[in-house]
Amino acid sequence: MYRIRFHGRGGQGIKTASRILGTALFIEGFEVQDAPRYGAERRGAPIFAYVRADTHPIHERGVIHRPDLVVVADETLLAISPAQVLEGVTDSCVVLIYSAKPEAWWRQQLPDIAQIVVLVPLESLSVAIPVGALCAGAAAALLGKVSAEALAHAVEEELSAHDAAMVESNRKAILAAYMEVTPWRGLVCSSLPLGVAQTPPPVWVNVPHDAVDIGAPVIHAGATSGLVKTGLWRTRRPVIDRERCRRCLQCCAWCPEGGILAGADGWPVIDYEHCKGCLVCAAQCPFQAIGVIPETQAEGGADAQTADRK
Amino acid sequence: MRKLLTGNSAAAWGARLSDVDYLPVFPITPQTEIIETLAEWVDKGELNARLTTLESEHSMLTAAGAAAATGVRVFTATSSQGLLYAMEMLYNVAGWRVPLVLVNVSRGLSAPITLEPDHNDILAARDSGFLQLHCATCQEVLDSVVLAYRLAEDKRVRLPVLVNLDGFYLSFTREPVEIPSQEQVRAFLPPFDPGSNRFRGGEPVSQAVAVLGGGPYSYFRYQAHLAALEAVQAFDELGEKFGECFGRSFPAIEAYRCEDAEILFVMIGSFATKAREAVDRLRDDGQKIGLLRPRLLRPFPAEELARLLSGKAGVAVVDQNLSNGLGGILHAELSAALYHLPKRPLLVSFIGGLGGRDITAGEFYAMVGQVRQAVAKGQPPPPRLLFTEQELKGMRGLQNIASGKGASHDA
Repeated sequence: MYRIRFHGRGGQGIKTASRILGTALFIEGFEVQDAPRYGAERRGAPIFAYVRADTHPIHERGVIHRPDLVVVADETLLAISPAQVLEGVTDSCVVLIYSAKPEAWWRQQLPDIAQIVVLVPLESLSVAIPVGALCAGAAAALLGKVSAEALAHAVEEELSAHDAAMVESNRKAILAAYMEVTPWRGLVCSSLPLGVAQTPPPVWVNVPHDAVDIGAPVIHAGATSGLVKTGLWRTRRPVIDRERCRRCLQCCAWCPEGGILAGADGWPVIDYEHCKGCLVCAAQCPFQAIGVIPETQAEGGADAQTADRK
Repeated sequence: MRKLLTGNSAAAWGARLSDVDYLPVFPITPQTEIIETLAEWVDKGELNARLTTLESEHSMLTAAGAAAATGVRVFTATSSQGLLYAMEMLYNVAGWRVPLVLVNVSRGLSAPITLEPDHNDILAARDSGFLQLHCATCQEVLDSVVLAYRLAEDKRVRLPVLVNLDGFYLSFTREPVEIPSQEQVRAFLPPFDPGSNRFRGGEPVSQAVAVLGGGPYSYFRYQAHLAALEAVQAFDELGEKFGECFGRSFPAIEAYRCEDAEILFVMIGSFATKAREAVDRLRDDGQKIGLLRPRLLRPFPAEELARLLSGKAGVAVVDQNLSNGLGGILHAELSAALYHLPKRPLLVSFIGGLGGRDITAGEFYAMVGQVRQAVAKGQPPPPRLLFTEQELKGMRGLQNIASGKGASHDA
């Protein structure tokens, strides 16, 4: 069985990626299971999706704990431990990272990962294509079991609700990503399930009956949400232009996260540790004093965000 | 046509192929995709049915029951809190003896709130009078909806049917599904003959009359019970007919590698396919293990379970539910069904998969180990919640944060 896990953020097309790959494998005659996994759905929040493909009917179900291929559509997730991007990665597992950084850099960063393939952003693309889609194309090539024709059909099927021009631009881009990793075609191997003897037993505990003070789902501490750096979800960043800002502080009132505070000097200050990048502030500012830049182009770029995570 | 479909999409296909007339709907995660799919078909003219959005699940089920009483074919769907909100009408509609199909996409109940599945929602409806079918695959979701109409409309039965599928593990998971043709389904499921179900403006009837004194009440309630019991036989016949029409057999209980099995898993729902996988691995290891999975839970196929389990050494009953103050519901029901057997197996109770918590392959193997030990001792251990040291450690981390004592964030 092939077990593939895609990691990315809400809005990057991760669910669609798993479906494109799933459909392509199905067209090639595989039994397939694919599914997305997310909590409360939101743009920018870490999500993952998975695909199983086998020559026999599939009984396994739910999250893949022993992947053969892990696809990382958003490299910033690698620094977030709760995203568990590298869970269950063994020496036989391939990790595909969508990144502008070279493979050598990633080998240094992730010395324990035996097989790394980097899909570099394709310069040739004239329109913005969701990262997830490109990753689906590259993943299909790494499996070595999906023809370009099957992949193209899968794209057409999965994007059939969209207009022809969009389908065509995606099809081209995905096939370009498919070609891009040609040197590693077929690198991913299918794996057998572990036998009973090789499977580690669970360490069960008898759950104690705790005092109701902690045994009830009640949070006594205030503002624990401050501990979660939701700024890591941001893909685009609002930036206040002091030339235009009149310090009316309407942005403070509009921010749904309470993430814009009035500084002592009266200027609004964005709390980038918690700003999720919803950009309500930019839309509401009466003076168009809040601009929007991609997170990767922010001062220090995504590296600064990555540093935050460490 | 064989296609990749989510469980939700398969449920919508089941309704579409069953030529439903009326769709009263209300959204709730993880069910909403079902009604969105149906709404799109109605909008495009691909499904000739009337779809109405109601203001709550209670109204939705009232509309569903009332429409079924006029003699049209009705489909609707809900989940979790929605099913509970409709609960008063579940009992009513079953009491009216009107046939309809309600799909429930299982999701753990609040509080604390979750989106992921377990069976406490559907099992809260187990005494409502609705019959219950439980699905393990997306194919079974489509098939069960079609079969459920045939069962509900059978004159020996004429009761509403709940078809259950697990949130996420089926609802949002795509698997290959054979979509039968409209002609194939029509050959299996004839047009709805409502018989005495006629509720017309010009021909008024009193639906669900008041009865006092207990005698008539006992009679009517027992009639609905007898009809449900009759559904065991009806299901067997219809399941066989289903096999003839579609080439997929549909017994009330899936018995997987059971003939020579010494120890068996008994469980319902999609997690049972994980048990199937575990059975294969245990068989590779030379262990004689099998799986029994009731598709039909109401009526409870007690006789067939007793027949299949008589003489077996032990059973791991895996309950993805918890009756607070009692334990696993399947364990209690199975114990009752086997009590009279002279050669009854030893039952060991496991509670697992609450709120969508995974059950790992290692845990299935460990459950077999526990049953073996219990059989050797001749005594079952106390019920076991599938919960690891690591999970408890994680809880302690969360509790530290919640109490304001610590900000450890490794949880």
